[in-house]
Amino acid sequence: MVERFAVGLILNNRFGVLDRIAGLYAKRCYNIDAISAGVTENPAYTRMTVVSTGDEYMKDQVIRQLEKLIDVRSVTLLDPDSTAFAQHMFIKMHLTGNQRGSSKHQVLELINEYGGKIVDFGEEYLTAEITGSMEKVDSFIEKVRDFGILELSRSGDIAIGLGIENTLRVEKNNEE
Amino acid sequence: MKMSGSRILVEELIRQGVEVIFGYPGGAVLNIYDELYLASGRIRHVLAAHEQGAAHAADGYARASGKTGVVLATSGPGATNLVTGIANAYLDSVPMVAVTGNVAVENLGKDSFQEVDIVGITQPIVKHNFMVRDVRDLQRTIIEAFEIANTGRKGPVLIDIPKNVQIEECEYVENLRVPSVMKKQETSLNGLSQYLDMVKRAKRPFIYAGGGVLASGAEREVLELARRINAPIGLSMMGLTSVPASDPLNVGMCGMHGKYASIKTQSECDFLLAVGVRFSDRATGDLEEYTKKCMTVHIDIDRAEIGKNVNPDISMWGDVKKILAELLKVTPECPHPEWLSQVEEYKRAAVLPPAKEFGPQTIIEEVHRHTDVDTVVATDVGQHQMWTMQYFSFEKPKRLLTSGGLGTMGYGLGAAIGGCIANGRKRTILITGDGSFGMNLNEMATAVSQELPLTIILMNNDVLGMVRQWQTIFYDCHYSGTVLDRATDFPALAGAFGARGFAAYTMEDLRNALDAADQAQGPVLIDCHIDMDEKVLPMIPPGRSAKDMIVKD
Repeated sequence: MVERFAVGLILNNRFGVLDRIAGLYAKRCYNIDAISAGVTENPAYTRMTVVSTGDEYMKDQVIRQLEKLIDVRSVTLLDPDSTAFAQHMFIKMHLTGNQRGSSKHQVLELINEYGGKIVDFGEEYLTAEITGSMEKVDSFIEKVRDFGILELSRSGDIAIGLGIENTLRVEKNNEE
Repeated sequence: MKMSGSRILVEELIRQGVEVIFGYPGGAVLNIYDELYLASGRIRHVLAAHEQGAAHAADGYARASGKTGVVLATSGPGATNLVTGIANAYLDSVPMVAVTGNVAVENLGKDSFQEVDIVGITQPIVKHNFMVRDVRDLQRTIIEAFEIANTGRKGPVLIDIPKNVQIEECEYVENLRVPSVMKKQETSLNGLSQYLDMVKRAKRPFIYAGGGVLASGAEREVLELARRINAPIGLSMMGLTSVPASDPLNVGMCGMHGKYASIKTQSECDFLLAVGVRFSDRATGDLEEYTKKCMTVHIDIDRAEIGKNVNPDISMWGDVKKILAELLKVTPECPHPEWLSQVEEYKRAAVLPPAKEFGPQTIIEEVHRHTDVDTVVATDVGQHQMWTMQYFSFEKPKRLLTSGGLGTMGYGLGAAIGGCIANGRKRTILITGDGSFGMNLNEMATAVSQELPLTIILMNNDVLGMVRQWQTIFYDCHYSGTVLDRATDFPALAGAFGARGFAAYTMEDLRNALDAADQAQGPVLIDCHIDMDEKVLPMIPPGRSAKDMIVKD
């Protein structure tokens, strides 16, 4: 059965490490739906979240192959039930024509409903910032599509485990 | 003590136990070559004719010695010429450290003269690679590179050193110890009780041993386990030398061009114990058929190999030698006289056409008579390689240097040079074909300048034999691109390089040439003219199974 799954990685924060992860997915023919990376509270490590679609075989292979990379300090399959996921989007919408007044009103309502923020606006446009699950971000896009989307920029998922436990830990090497 | 980056490199290589490095100089490694000049009494540099040959020599050296092979090349084309050699080592899990120079850090990324992103280029074909941007990281990086190359599942590591890093100075720390960069090697024996049930219930057990047995030095354990449970042992090409050919339980190589007895016994077994193998498509054929009739146990150091191609009933991962030692503690004696007599019958079965008086089989058997158990044998890739696997009897581990996973035509001569040096410069055999030899024959120059006692058996059939064989069987004899139509006079070519060359058309020619080679100092080439329609048999067509085995022409 093919499903979406997310892998959380702790990586050595070294030059080219993103390339190593993306390269591994590419050479093994695993697709990447979304990827996000950023340095952790400890600047020696980068945390990365990679969302893919695949079956059990691929899921298992992705993790085993990632574990072999020297710069990978830990690999965790993120369980959707115990993980919070979020994406981030900026969306610039075109507000035109006779309906300008009413469309502006509707868009503002939607932004409010989605807990978004207005980051910029002018006579004919409005740029909003929306954060949330992939489904939530998708549905916002669908709802404003008819108003006219000028451009949008969205991130891949970032993720963190629910509860007090630290889900992604740096694994110690041989002699440490 | 303060030293330049180049000096640190050379000092640390020496401390890592490196005695020989193979390489080719150039602008971006001049400083390193200067240090090699000054350290020439402590470390030996072997100049190749081409960086690819140097990489294959480092690979051959590593396979024959078990030590990490080292190759050095300049930036740009020097580095890209290493790529095939690095990929070859990667596919066969050979420990290798490749050092390349690069342009100075301030010139990186500007398409400077002889600049390439070799770290990016080699990324999919190395176990790990490094670009050292700061001389203070250099010593630690070299130590880490050697640890990575020769620990766990072995493989090639590349270190790219920009020119300014070679020149700049920092403190060299005597006997520096750095924390391990390898993750802890886990050992899983979870399936042990199920394994015991299976092994007791099995009536027709079979052990499939591969390169992992050689890499972990588990030759004795595999044989002991096979004797305990009375299982024949079939071998992958990478594991061919792990069990003596003369042992009655050894049924020879498995797979597409395996031995008849090996293919038959594997296909009829009810219990398959696979040790240190990765189930390459060339070894398994049709995966559905492959394990249909048997329970499968897979043991390997690389957990990613478990379930990658074959889904085993039980798996154990970790160092093969340690796991086999644990199995030996609990495995009972399991006699299977009927199965073993069946195996003997398959071994005796005369299903192949009788060998020609002067053909692949008789040539290889004659060459074998001129060697001893310590002789290192390298091959290239193609029909001659498969004939070597089938007819040359290896009695000791690591005496065979052959390109398995990548199938690199042109591997053999470089590998033979490295293997010969690793084996105390004793007479070394290269079995090659006219196609493969043509790819990197420039290394004849290296063999001559190093005065290496190589005996090169050139199986000359004027065609690219293995491809031709496929064209004959699967492409209606359309010999597209495989008829060489060359006029190369190989004995004269050997002479032009400063080596000796002989032509052989008969067994007597071959014997005389081999006798002459045994007396010679340097390389000797023997050009053996064989029929272009000789085939490698048996053959299992790609993606098929033992029941589709072709045994007759």
